[in-house]
Amino acid sequence: MATKEYPAIWLQAAGCTGCSVSLLNAVNPSIKNILVDEVLPGSHINLRFHPTVMAGAGAPIIEVMVDTSRKKKKGYILIVEGAIPTAREGIYGVFGEREGKPTTMQSWVETLAKDALAVMALGTCAAFGGIPAANPNPTGCRSVGGILEGKGINTPLVNIPGCPPHPEWFVGTVASVLLWGLPRAEDLDEHRRPKAFYGQTIHENCPRRAYYDENKFAKKFGDPGCNYELGCRGPITHADCPVRLWNDRVNWCVGCGATCIGCTEPGFFDIAPLYEKLSESALPEEV
Amino acid sequence: MGKITIDPVTRIEGHLKVEVVVDGGKVKEARSSGMLFRGLELILRGRDPRDAQRITQRICGVCPTVHSTVAALNLDSALGIGDKIPDNGRVIRNLILGAAHVADHILHFYHLAALDYVDVARLAKYEGNNPALNSIRNFIARGELGPFVPRYEGDYRLPDPVNEQAVAHYVAAFDMRRKGQEMLAIFGGKVPHNMAIMPGGVASVPTVDNMTSFLWRLKALQEFVDNVYLPDVLAVANVYSDYFEIGYGCGDLLTYGSYELDGKEADLTKRKRFFRPGTTSTDLKFRELDPAKITEEVRHSWYADSISGRHPSQGDVVLDEGKRGAYSWLKSPRYGGMVFEVGPLAQMMVNYADGNHKVRNLVDSTLSQLSLKPKALFSVMGRHLCRALQTKFVVDAMVDWVLQLKPGEPAYISYELPRQATGMGLADGPRGGLGHWVEIKEGRIANYQVITPSTWNMSPRDDKDQPGPLEQAMIGTKIRNEANPFEVVRIVRSFDPCLACSIHLLSPKGHDLGKLRVC
Repeated sequence: MATKEYPAIWLQAAGCTGCSVSLLNAVNPSIKNILVDEVLPGSHINLRFHPTVMAGAGAPIIEVMVDTSRKKKKGYILIVEGAIPTAREGIYGVFGEREGKPTTMQSWVETLAKDALAVMALGTCAAFGGIPAANPNPTGCRSVGGILEGKGINTPLVNIPGCPPHPEWFVGTVASVLLWGLPRAEDLDEHRRPKAFYGQTIHENCPRRAYYDENKFAKKFGDPGCNYELGCRGPITHADCPVRLWNDRVNWCVGCGATCIGCTEPGFFDIAPLYEKLSESALPEEV
Repeated sequence: MGKITIDPVTRIEGHLKVEVVVDGGKVKEARSSGMLFRGLELILRGRDPRDAQRITQRICGVCPTVHSTVAALNLDSALGIGDKIPDNGRVIRNLILGAAHVADHILHFYHLAALDYVDVARLAKYEGNNPALNSIRNFIARGELGPFVPRYEGDYRLPDPVNEQAVAHYVAAFDMRRKGQEMLAIFGGKVPHNMAIMPGGVASVPTVDNMTSFLWRLKALQEFVDNVYLPDVLAVANVYSDYFEIGYGCGDLLTYGSYELDGKEADLTKRKRFFRPGTTSTDLKFRELDPAKITEEVRHSWYADSISGRHPSQGDVVLDEGKRGAYSWLKSPRYGGMVFEVGPLAQMMVNYADGNHKVRNLVDSTLSQLSLKPKALFSVMGRHLCRALQTKFVVDAMVDWVLQLKPGEPAYISYELPRQATGMGLADGPRGGLGHWVEIKEGRIANYQVITPSTWNMSPRDDKDQPGPLEQAMIGTKIRNEANPFEVVRIVRSFDPCLACSIHLLSPKGHDLGKLRVC
């Protein structure tokens, strides 16, 4: 059986490359499997453009990107890592040249999203603005969804937030598209996150939940007890970290004694100081 | 006279563009420019000081761990608890940073730098039985070669057997760097962006099972470093030995030192560290580090000249976008007004100059295998070699450190947030010296300044028109083929640039900001 190639373009905008590094930490499949092998029988992700991984540099690789969008119209996946600077016509983020002119990330996202089969906003910066969009948002950063909406681009969009996102949230979403096609509306939550990974809160699955229910709270880091009074955002944060675990399942944020800092949610870093107890009014009703 | 523009430079962290002017086959002028500005120092102002530790590590997803470490040192000093961090906290911080250091250097050599020397395409005719190499051959046979082409063509010199082994190790190194990250997560919770390091120590506590689990992952990495990484760097160095004469740089080296061995000294600059802080030069004489001599100059950067020459504790961001002669958003960090390179080369040579016996023995024995003198290390290949040697030191030291942990004893202490305070944090990460400075007023961040290793290395010309280290390393280089400028990208990548870190960056090309035209 011939292998079906799925071309993909991975753009890095106003981010830190942490989402890419997180993907390098994928275990089964490994990054080698993802780059080289059939990620599912008969399907190969043809990652044509990825700034941290690819061999080439300069104009020839920009050509690859533009060429893919022209020749594979509605046949490639656009993955965006990082928020999109929009202040001052986007000049705070410039990447490569088009017709001899430095080109903004905003312009690349608009061009490439229009002709893509689907767009994946990977990481909290791409999905919701994240760190660079935190108050006072000096560069006018917006989410990928915000950019698409602003231009009336209706290419299907999936948000995979997290700072960084777990590699399995990305790989799992890709696998589900290859197996069953684009996600249906009911597969995504109100923030366009796949319910398969973001359907429950941290709090619902936290191994320290019993402490919370019994009102036993840690007063400082390293103590036994629920970390709610140390600022934990578990009750308002949607992700499956407590059951999935990180880095080949060796640990996770609360597992190492820290708090959940709410990295998969809109408003990450602007909700409240991270080491202060969440106000009661911020808690969802079911808690 | 020709101009070579490489935009984007790939296989680095962040958005970098490089322009060189070639005259008579040699680089006459060189400019490196970052292409992204996020303004994180502005985002930090007015926030709870503790949050700076969480936010600043998100400056960079490739080297978040050193930002989290230096931010914690900075806040410890502002909180007045630098001498009170429990030993468990100090050691776990070292283990977390060490794990990142090792994983990052493996990533850099194999996945960021190696494709400039190793020819993956040649595996199309591979006939052996290595499963990884066969899967690469099958991949090539399918005909869709992204992300390994396009690339620069020509100067791939490794003989077939060495080249094949290097490609097999490129694949194996993915697993090894991942193992380093898993090792980090045992104490760090997760990575990128570990959760354990915080002002006051670490959130995690040592247990015998996580110590053992760490140790055995470490042993696998130690074997890889000794038997694969170091031999591979030497193999590449042997074949590309001309690169010991390319990319010399500025010749002056600076390190803040790293890995705290003493938890009872409040003054960061006097604290005993595994790698000692200091400076040296081609004379290989050791000089003590004095952080008061660090300044940032802005004559060729888009900032008001009124802030030029300030110590980072007094640093500010005052834009002057149309300034004549400016061509970068990167400021120029200088030490006593001079240009200094930071990174593994600097850390190894400063400790060599200081007479550290282990460093001298390892460096000298490695150089004798290559029939080279220490000065040859001031080069493209020397930077790769020093990075590998530094990895070996860290990996070996961690075997001792992990057994110093004491289950049942604390790793964290509580503290009161001061209304007014200042702090400084300094340490070398994988790419060199990183400094954080904070000023707290009314219990909130009034000013937070960061000088990253890549800001030192990629800096533009300064107030005396001295080019930065990378610019100096490129100037004078002979370019054999302008269409495939291997020399330029090999020099750039030997510094392991990290552009997201270099916060002030924006736009290049000598355009002033107001005139930068974009599509």
